[in-house]
Order: sequence, then structure tokens, then C-alpha cells
Amino acid sequence: MSDIGSREILKISVNGQNKELLVKPYATLLEILREDLRLTGTKHGCEAGECGACVVLIDGTPQLSCLVLPGQIEGSEVTTIEGVSDGGKLHPVQQAFMDHGALQCGYCTPGMVLSSKALLDANPRASAEEIKEALAGNLCRCTGYVSIIEAVEAAGRAMA
Amino acid sequence: MTTVANDPNADLRVIGKSLPRVDAAGKLIGLTAYADDIELPGTLYCKLLRSHLPHARVLSVDTSAASAIKGVIAVITGEDIPIKYGIMPTSQDEHALEYEKVRFVGDPVAAVAAVDEETALAACRAIVVEYEPLETVESIEHALLPPSDEPIHDYAGPGNVHRIGALEFGEVDEGFANSSFIREDVFFYEGNTHLPMEQHSATATFVGDQLTLWSSTQDPHYVHRALARVFDMPMGHIRVVAAPHGGGFGGKADPFSHEMAVCKLAMVTGRPVKCTLTREEVFYVHRGRHPVLMWVRTGVSQDGKILAMHFRTALDGGAYGSYGPASMLYTGALQTTTYNIPAYRFEGVRVFTNKAPCGPKRGHGTPQPRFALELHMDKIAEAIGLDPVELRRRNYVKPYTRTINHLRITSCGIEEVTDLVVEASRYHERKKRLGHGMGFAVSSYMSGAGLPIYWNKLPHSECIIQVNRGGVTLYCGATDIGQGSDTVLATVAAEELGLWPTDIRIVSGDTGLTPVDLGSYSSRVTFMAGNAALQAAREMREILVSAVAEKMECSPKDVMVGDGKIGELSFEEAANLAQERHGVLTARGSYTPPREIGGKYKAAGVGPSPAYSYSAAVVDLDADPYSGEIQLNKVWIAHDIGRSINELAVKGQVEGGVYMGLSEAMMEGQLYRHGLHKQPSMLDYKSFTFFEMPEVETFLVETVDLEGPYGAKEAGQGPLLPVIPAVVSAVHDALGVWVDEVPITPDKVMRALDAKAKGREGRYGPKSFPQISYPPIVKVPPFDASSTAF
Repeated sequence: MSDIGSREILKISVNGQNKELLVKPYATLLEILREDLRLTGTKHGCEAGECGACVVLIDGTPQLSCLVLPGQIEGSEVTTIEGVSDGGKLHPVQQAFMDHGALQCGYCTPGMVLSSKALLDANPRASAEEIKEALAGNLCRCTGYVSIIEAVEAAGRAMA
Repeated sequence: MTTVANDPNADLRVIGKSLPRVDAAGKLIGLTAYADDIELPGTLYCKLLRSHLPHARVLSVDTSAASAIKGVIAVITGEDIPIKYGIMPTSQDEHALEYEKVRFVGDPVAAVAAVDEETALAACRAIVVEYEPLETVESIEHALLPPSDEPIHDYAGPGNVHRIGALEFGEVDEGFANSSFIREDVFFYEGNTHLPMEQHSATATFVGDQLTLWSSTQDPHYVHRALARVFDMPMGHIRVVAAPHGGGFGGKADPFSHEMAVCKLAMVTGRPVKCTLTREEVFYVHRGRHPVLMWVRTGVSQDGKILAMHFRTALDGGAYGSYGPASMLYTGALQTTTYNIPAYRFEGVRVFTNKAPCGPKRGHGTPQPRFALELHMDKIAEAIGLDPVELRRRNYVKPYTRTINHLRITSCGIEEVTDLVVEASRYHERKKRLGHGMGFAVSSYMSGAGLPIYWNKLPHSECIIQVNRGGVTLYCGATDIGQGSDTVLATVAAEELGLWPTDIRIVSGDTGLTPVDLGSYSSRVTFMAGNAALQAAREMREILVSAVAEKMECSPKDVMVGDGKIGELSFEEAANLAQERHGVLTARGSYTPPREIGGKYKAAGVGPSPAYSYSAAVVDLDADPYSGEIQLNKVWIAHDIGRSINELAVKGQVEGGVYMGLSEAMMEGQLYRHGLHKQPSMLDYKSFTFFEMPEVETFLVETVDLEGPYGAKEAGQGPLLPVIPAVVSAVHDALGVWVDEVPITPDKVMRALDAKAKGREGRYGPKSFPQISYPPIVKVPPFDASSTAF
């Protein structure tokens, strides 16, 4: 990473596309995604690592993008909600969320989907307890979580 | 989930099915543009400077240094927006930016528009405000004392009293005199906030005398009216668009400072201006659950029939009026919709304090008295040796009756919801053992407020359906805040037009494009906008059917509608045929609640609804007698939905209501110290995660309301209500102590256990209710039933 004035060059891959970006060294990945790349599917609920709305996958691992700085992700592969579905076809996690009513206002949904996808990619047979463990950092105020657990279990069956 | 239907043979194609939301796909792929995702070319960014003092006179605001900062385009202060506003006609007490005095930590005094947020923030820091601090009023008791310097507001009163009232229905003294048992209790319900996942955001443009505001609002209609007032503009020059919404729960139902500020800054700069609140600011904007102190006295006969009830409430309103006059009355209005109370006295007061303003949160003014009333019923049952469920049953309201405070009860599944949760949970078969308990409670809520917030004779909801190029567009002012209102409207239109909900294009919550709807509050959308959509859809169906019948040379009643066909023609062919004959194809529907649903006395505007939902809950939990910790095991919830328009969406509303009730019963509180919010962050303000949420078993009862669309009633607010008292009741069942205050936290449980161990009453909660000079009681004459059936 090299400095240009108060900016730095950041090379990352976002949803499979290589990007070379000029960013502020203190810009968060959340800001880079939403403001520089206009990928507004990644949401913000607190910008302090408390709510999980901004979860993206960095090299397959769910991370709070509001707490990630450019220096931490040089050369990484970032997956946002815009990169989850396959063309017009929903990913099994997205399809299960739709079928099980696991979203209402939808604001926590991108983060929920990505945390769920990371869990099921590693363990499609995750139990309800394992699902709770994996998603406990994602807050939702609408659903009461019940339908989300049902959806992730169903998605796991579809992915297994 | 189980649904108990009264008419399983009803011939409906899409109504009642468990179908995905019509807006699910966009939300799942990250394409739905919420308010902060809207980015217009050339946008400037706005930040508000907020008061750091809870109560102070503003002596001067110097913006010169801020204006000189490179990248700052405009700075405005209160004098630039001098006209006051407020959601209710009687509470026009807010300046967009205060310039005379500030009344809570977070009250805005100036706004900046700059090329980016960083610059706007730097400019806010450069604004110099000179304050003269005033006494901080922190509590209900404090607010009831004469102010040491000056009241928080220069209207209402005396002192810091905002609203006060006293009503009596029936002969209360006589009822108490005839009672064989009388009990008094005092309760406190701590305030809490909505905590929507989305932070409020608004963007405004002002182009050629036309003001447009995109905002995360639940009530674009009321915001539109407030803008017209504040900027003294014709209604026709304003357009308010409710952006796809990241959660409301009542917290985005007022017109807000940041909305006014971006509009004014757009006018001043000629550029789009956007303001997105930080999470900390969302805690200050608040308008959440009022802290309420309650005192209740009830007299019952030997067989447990309520003969008289006297209910007193005192609400901590925070710094502004907001929905307060209604909130105060709601703490006394719906006690009568579950229990037959033949004589009822209500005295209520709302006071101003130097805290973030309270307003409507899910259940608006009714969760607090419902918590008190249900525990009070438990205590009466215990005292007179009756089973708590049986005591309630002996007092349940009957369908198609009139309450003592003149509310019309129609369809009523209170017996059915009780049976379902009591049987499924095996409540009466539970084994008594220390540390394990079950609690039962019941409740009722409105399917929309019977009267609008301001007096007018417009319909409460209007819909237009347009058929064009073979497709259907439905226009309605209702706002989908996540509850599924777009899905309800699409499902109603699809049912009538023989289509699928995703075939219907919905344009909603846009005051420039859609006809009047009052917004998403008071659980009104399914009932009111649903009825308007039903009327419009039936009219459109008739237009299409008659065109097809004419072509087929048959009677319209022989033209079958369904599966994408109208008679022998596809929907598209039928639509084109009708359009060839009639030109533009539109159909209209509107809904106004019937007049006779409530009384005519002063304050009768709060409580009436065209239909009431009923909910019952049983909570099963373990409570540790050594640590006071509570582990929820399971919740059984039954809800009288009238009829589900979309069963999956109703289930979601019910489970979400249970969750929100549990979370505020057990951990949420908006707490202050010396006027400073103690935890304005999501880390410090605790709410339930996946870990705390227990298993929920949901039962829906379909009573098929005669006036609801296809018989539907509300689902968004009612199911929250019984959960809160059921938790506290279950803790009592487990440990034998009462915690008469929510949230019920381990420290409160331990204090009640300590008191019991020391031989005192095993209770934690407020010890007394303050002496309040309520006004003389207004005795309301009995309901005049001459013009209605009951």
C-alpha cells in the first residue's frame, strides 16, 4: 500500500472483480463499499461494531465492515450481498429467507444472509444452537429471530 | 404454527396463504434503496449541532467561524425556521432548531450543509453557542413540584404538567361500596426505545418552487402537513416520499428536526441535501415508550366479578409534546376491551422532563397499563383464592357489546386465545417447584385508531388501481415499514383480479403520487388501507368482467375470475379489451371508520377502533433463587387475527411482537443520569440477541371480523402486550415474589427475595403513587345506544 497525499491505494477483490482504489487510510470498509463503490446493499446500524448490519465476507469469513480499515484487507477477497446471488438466481440462503418469512424491514438481512452463508459453507448441517452462536452478533428488531433460524436450517438442507 | 379457522370452506385463492413478501427479492439481493442509499447528483451533507445541556436558555449562536470553513455551503439556526410544529394540533411546541431554549441533551440548535459529512461535523464543532443553564427536571415526582426557575414549556401547566385529565364512567363509589374484596397496587414501567436497525435519514430537493423530501418516515402524510406549515407553502408544492423503511415501531412517526433542516438547506443552497443520523442521535430523537407510574384499585364481588376500577397514571413525557396527549389517554382507554368493568374511573397526567421526548412505541400507551392490570388481576386472584385464568374468564368482555367507556366491541376471540395457550402449555398441569414458573396474560389492541390525529373529514385511507398495458398498479399512501403493508395491498388486489400478489405493482407512501393514507401507526394499515384496496379492486374487477361478458355475450356472473384469467381471456387480453372500450382504466376505493365505534365525550377520540384484536400468552421460565437470573424456556402465544391476509406475514408479526415484548420486559431501558442518556449506543442499550430468544409456539384464531377486509384485523402491536406481564407473573410463580416494575432484571428479583427473607413483603417496585392534583372528575353519561344496534 503506497501513500498519495492523505490517500492510499488499496487493491482488493469485491464480488470477484479486482479493484484498485484510492482511499483515505482511516476510511472503513463499510464507507469504501457504500460511498466509493456505491454498493449500498451493505447496511449500517451503528458504525461501532454493535449490530451486525454491515457484515461482509472477507476471504470467506464474516466481518463487521464498519471496523475494518484498508490496511487490514490489502489483497483480500470481499463478498457483499450484491455478490451472493448467481445472476438472477437467489442463493439457497436468500431463497430460504424469502420462503420462511425471515425478513421484514430487510435492513439486517444482508448481514444475516452473509453470516448464515459463511456458517453453512463451513457446516451445512449446523444445529439450531450452532446457528444461534454464528448469528448472535447480528441484531434484528423485526422477526424475533424465530423464522431466521428456520430459514438457515432449511438453507442448510438445500446446500448439504 | 396452528390456525383455527371459523370458515375453513371460504373460497379464497391467495388470501390467507403463506406467500413470500412482494418486496423480498430486492431486500435479499441488496438492491432496495433505503433512505440513506439514495444519492442524488451534487448532494450536500447535513449535520446538526445538538445541545449538550439538558435545560438551558440559548443566549447566542455564533456561526461565523463555521461558515468560514472551506467546503461549508450553508449554516442555519432556529431563526431561519421560526414556525413551530408538532404531530398533534395541541402540541405545536417544537422548533426545527431551537433558538430560545434547549430542553434535552440532543435538542438541535444549528444545521450545516457541507460538501461532505466530515466538513459538516467540523463546522458544527466551530459553532459557538452561549447557554444559560436552567434546572434539570429528571423524574415524574420532580416534574410535579413547582419549578425552581421556570417551566420547561410556556404552555399547558401548571408547572411542568403537559396534560391532565379525569373521567368517570358508571357509579364507581357505589361499585366499591358493593365490593366484597378491594385491592390496590402500584406499578412502574421504565421507558425504552424502538431501536430500529436503520438510522433515520432524509434527503431534500427544492427545484422550481417544488419541495421534495425522501425520508425514512412512517407517516409521509403528516410530515407533508408539517412541512406546509413550517415553510408556509401550498400543500401542492410539496412531495414527501417514504423510502423503503428499515424499521419503525413508532419511532419514525413524528416530523423531525433533520427533515426540516434538509428542506430549509435545500432551499438555501439550491442543491440536494441529505442528513443521516448517527446511532447516538437516534437515541436522542427517541419518541419511545413513556416511563409510567401507575396506581390501580379494583373492587370485586364474592365470585370475582369486577364491580369498580380506579386507574391512575403518571407519564414521563420527556421534553416535548409529540403524541403525548394521546399517549396519556391510551394509558386509560383499553383496560375495558378485555374485561367487563361496569364502573371505571381514570385519572392521568403527562409531565415534561428534560429528557429525550417520548412518543408512540409499539402498543402506544397500552403496554404499561396492561402490565399493571394483568399483574393486579393475578394478585386479586391469589388473594381471593381463584385461579388467575378463571378470574379473568369471569370478567371477559363478550363479542358485540359496548364497553363502559363507549368502545364498540365486535368480533372477539378472547375465550379462544385463552383456551389455546392454556391447553397447549399445560398451564394448569404445571408442577410447583422452586425456580420454575409459568405466567398467563391476555390483552387487546386496536385495528387502527378511529379518528385521525388532526380533525378532518378526509377518508383515512384511499387507493387507486390502474390497469394499463395489461398490468396492474396499485397506488396507496400506506407505508411499508417492514410490517408487510405492500404485501397486504398486493394480496387483496390479486385475490379480486385473479392474479398472484407479485403480479401487482405497488406504489405506496408517496404524497406526490398516491392518494391520502394517514400512515403506518395504530395498526391501521391492514384494516383501513386493506378495505380501500378491496373496494378499488372489486370495482376494477367489475370493469374487466363486464367488458369480457359483453364480448362473450354472456352474463357478468358467468365470467369466472382466477388463475390469471377473466372468463376465457387471459388477464392481459381482458385488460386490453376493457381499455379499448373505456380508455384509461382506474378504480378507486376509500375507507373511513364508522362513526358509532366510540363515544362523543371530550377525550373520546382515543380508544375507538373499528375492530379489536385479542392475544393471550403463557411464558415458561426458570428463575434462579440465588442469582435472580431468568432463563426463558418457551412462549405460547395465541392471536385473534380476524383472518390472515398472508399467514407467513402474520406469523412474523406475532413472533416479532413476542420478541420485542420479551426484550423490553427483561432488559431494555432508556436511562438517564442528570439529564444525560446513560447508554446511547447499541452495546450499552441491551436488547435480545439470538441467544436470549426462546422457542415460540404461535396459534392464530380466525374470528372473521364482519368489517375487516376478508375479516382481517391487526397483528403488529397486539401480540407484544400480554408477553410482558406473563414474564413477571411467571417469575412470581417460580419464586413467590412480585417485581412490580419492568424491566425485570436479576437485581430487582434479588431485592424482592431479600425483602421476603427479612420477613417483609416479597416485592420490589414503587412504594407509593405521588399526590397529584387531578382536575375535578368529569362524569360521562352512559352511551346513547339509540342510533346503533348495541
